[in-house]
Amino acid sequence: MKISGAQMIIEAIIAEGVTKVFGYPGGAIMNVYDEIYKQNDFEHILTRHEQAAVHAADGYARASGDVGVAMVTSGPGFTNAVTGLATAYTDSVPLVVISGQVPLSLIGTDGFQEVDAVGISRACTKHNYLVHDIADLPRILKEAFYIARSGRPGPVLVDVPKDITGEIAEFVYPADVHLPTYKPNYKGNERQIKKAAEAILKAKKPLLYLGGGVVLSNATEVVRRLAEISQMPAVETLMARGVMGADNPLLLGMLGMHGNYASNMAMSETDLVISLGARFDDRVTGKLSEFAKYADVIHVDIDPANIAKLVDVDYPIVGDIKIVVEKLIGHLEARIKPERYHVWRDILKRYDELHPLTYHDSDEVIKPQWVIERIGEKVGADAVITSDVGQHQMWAAQFYPFDRPRQWINSGGLGTMGYGFPAAIGAQVACPDKHVINITGDGSILMNVQELVTAAENKLPVINVILNNHFLGMVRQWQTFFYDKRYAETDLSYQPNWKLLAEACGGAGYDVTTKAEFDAALDAALEGGKVTFINVAVDRLENVLPMVPAGGALYNMLLEHKES
Amino acid sequence: METVRRVISVVVLNEAQVLARVSGLFAGRGYNIETLTVAPIPETDLSHMTIVTRGNQRVIEQITKQLHKLIPTLKVIEHSEMVEKEMVLVKFPIEEKLSDIQTLCAAYNGGIVNVGENMVIAMAADEPMRIKHFITATKRYNPIEIVRSGVVAMER
Ligand SMILES: Cc1ncc(C[n+]2csc(CCOP(=O)(O)OP(=O)(O)O)c2C)c(N)n1
Ligand SMILES: [Mg+2]
Repeated sequence: MKISGAQMIIEAIIAEGVTKVFGYPGGAIMNVYDEIYKQNDFEHILTRHEQAAVHAADGYARASGDVGVAMVTSGPGFTNAVTGLATAYTDSVPLVVISGQVPLSLIGTDGFQEVDAVGISRACTKHNYLVHDIADLPRILKEAFYIARSGRPGPVLVDVPKDITGEIAEFVYPADVHLPTYKPNYKGNERQIKKAAEAILKAKKPLLYLGGGVVLSNATEVVRRLAEISQMPAVETLMARGVMGADNPLLLGMLGMHGNYASNMAMSETDLVISLGARFDDRVTGKLSEFAKYADVIHVDIDPANIAKLVDVDYPIVGDIKIVVEKLIGHLEARIKPERYHVWRDILKRYDELHPLTYHDSDEVIKPQWVIERIGEKVGADAVITSDVGQHQMWAAQFYPFDRPRQWINSGGLGTMGYGFPAAIGAQVACPDKHVINITGDGSILMNVQELVTAAENKLPVINVILNNHFLGMVRQWQTFFYDKRYAETDLSYQPNWKLLAEACGGAGYDVTTKAEFDAALDAALEGGKVTFINVAVDRLENVLPMVPAGGALYNMLLEHKES
Repeated sequence: METVRRVISVVVLNEAQVLARVSGLFAGRGYNIETLTVAPIPETDLSHMTIVTRGNQRVIEQITKQLHKLIPTLKVIEHSEMVEKEMVLVKFPIEEKLSDIQTLCAAYNGGIVNVGENMVIAMAADEPMRIKHFITATKRYNPIEIVRSGVVAMER
């Protein structure tokens, strides 16, 4: 079959089973958009900014587990997409992003809207391609999807010059990829797995340290089972919230900078860390030399470069979490004695009783933590929760009762403000029957506020709960603690009219100052079926606690919630 | 941790961007490159890169893993038992004692390779350490220009 390069892109998207594409057109990618116009196999959702298109594809991918697809034009279209690529790259999200490029003959001439897309994105994509020859295009598209979703997932950029999208050539979409240089290892080394099992049997204070890799490998069930048969306690990273389930008695909570006391103490005192798909991020470990100081480390990760990058590892296992944990269970099932860790669990329980995760509620002013808990009570397991970046994100991670993986979607690695709303749009497209709620801040929401229009147009009833502290709160918190309260450029007292802003774009808006008003607004929003802003005036000076100051040891937490 | 010198060979697909991917990796992650050479491997679609770097053991391990992670990378070899060679070209004024230069070069597997109106170009090819010595020895003949090739290595 002879078709154009643009048609090849359409055919590949269809062949990969993609049903939703997010994007924004422009000169260099018009041939492709012309073909999008002519087809009915997938839906294209026009965001109002390319960054949002990539975040939406990312939110779609995280919510569904499928590859997200976004499309942008050359030059500024592509540069707008870069933050989206970097966000997805840091959190290992499978994306294929197709960008238009100036015609081959113009490349290198500083042509109109020419920018070196592969050069710029090299460090924030898993792989990228500039198509030089239409003969390569079918193979490149096939490889792009394969690379994005296999191994450690990640975004792949395919930059396609305009003349190639217009050129006609023979098209056969390859059935397989042939990549002799890329062979992810899923199985894990049998001997190492056996040794790791022996280490677990010998340990007195083992700790499951669960990261986003558990979610990516769809390993939740086996990981819960491993915990169940062994009765080992578990801590989750920010990216793993939902893996154990909020009510699981073996879950201590989230660890790290804003982790709870019991989780951080568990990590400080454990004698065996069983790291599953976690990567020892500095926001998790605090001072490295004090991190899990008394422990041997089992590290299971699909990416060998993650292993022993920051801490010495005694049992390195390169492989897929699900496969490796299944094998671990096989070795342990008949032999493990869950009573063995009884004392250890009791100690940790005691720690949690000493310093539970809590806050001082108030009747005068809404506490942000209360809002999160309230949303949890109202929609709990039924909702998909996205967030932006800042205090609200940490409160959401701390206080929402996450019950399942892919329920919690946030930019953990890159910390991209402006991620939450477009990601929620993507998640809503992936989960039309679920409530999708973006827990956001008065700073972050403005970084992709134009997406109100996208959501309204597409009847995507995303609810944005703005925990409005009239501050860039997280930065303000650091200024309070570490900069003598010099609030340099963090005061957001000047505010838009949130209700009118939402309404102006075709959504609904609520300004809320009391708990009763919040309840009413949330009920109305859940019923309303419209994109919504709920602007909640919260305690301006509330801090996220506990807190491990950057670079400090995990066991040195600021704990107290003083009345503000 | 102690800083060590390492010679690493990387076999990659000979395709667009591949050198940028490798050098960008070093730049982006703050790894050191002492020398880097690259040329196609005859009768294949592959290229061989030889990189001399320095770092502590953890950094070296990360370098090899990160190199391996690049999609077009076929093989990464951290050399231990190897033959290492480097070549250098040195330009001298024609007024210098050519026979002395010739003798010096011969001791380092080289010789005079070009004679022009005003200058001669000499070549030496040897172990990197010996090339350093050679360069020091050439100083007394007032070299005008020195070009080193960087190291190539082969595991024994
Ligand atoms: C794009 C981007 N710019 C800057 C930052 C730095 N930053 C981290 S949190 C934060 C404040 C966020 O304010 P807001 O959205 O109101 O959330 P709050 O902390 O008040 O809940 C800032 C500026 C960032 N993470 N991302
Ligand atoms: Mg704020």
